[in-house]
Amino acid sequence: MIKLNIEYFAILREQAGFDSEQIETEVTTPAELFAELTQRHGFPEMTTVKVAINDEFGDWQAQLQDGDSIVFIPPVAGG
Amino acid sequence: MIDFRIEANKFQPEKERDAIAAPECGGYVSFEGWVRNRNEGQEVLRLEYQAYEVLALKEGRRILAEAAERFPIENAVCIHRVGTLEIGDLAVWVGVSAGHRDEAFKACRYIIDEIKHRVPVWKKEYYTGGDSGWVNCEACANHPHDQHS
Repeated sequence: MIKLNIEYFAILREQAGFDSEQIETEVTTPAELFAELTQRHGFPEMTTVKVAINDEFGDWQAQLQDGDSIVFIPPVAGG
Repeated sequence: MIDFRIEANKFQPEKERDAIAAPECGGYVSFEGWVRNRNEGQEVLRLEYQAYEVLALKEGRRILAEAAERFPIENAVCIHRVGTLEIGDLAVWVGVSAGHRDEAFKACRYIIDEIKHRVPVWKKEYYTGGDSGWVNCEACANHPHDQHS
């Protein structure tokens, strides 16, 4: 089990109902984590989600470490 | 000077312009993105911008550094607003000064295009009918594309 800090923005924040949470999980990659959280919070299907690990863009297949901070980035719309 | 900032409050683009003026610059190009009252057939009342600030600042500064590497410019600044914005408000500002106009135009275009695609900032539109929706979020519950289905 690892502990992860997850912060939500935009549609994911609204869907989760809070800004952040700390979870204990058996998952090992961001891809698995997103699947688990999608099931738990009912996130909508989105075409291009990115992941940030410890405030830098990361790989969906990266190996998560205990204490990592994770942000899932739904389609952006700046400007 | 190369700088990307996120502002929670209104700012004065004139001051930013003065800060990037330089004796060696013969050209200055700026872009202002404003809040428009319509989007995809919906009447928009106001917008809310949200940013993942730590990563947005990193990515924004990377984009400006790329622009300075690709084009021979002197200064480039981009400022993006967050929070609630009304129609006509300034949402994003880009200013570039360079020796000559051509590189200033090109760098300014490069910066705004990349900012829109890469920086983790999100925009929620509030419509006259009471609906709202996160822009570019195709499957989101209250998106205007879904409301008649």
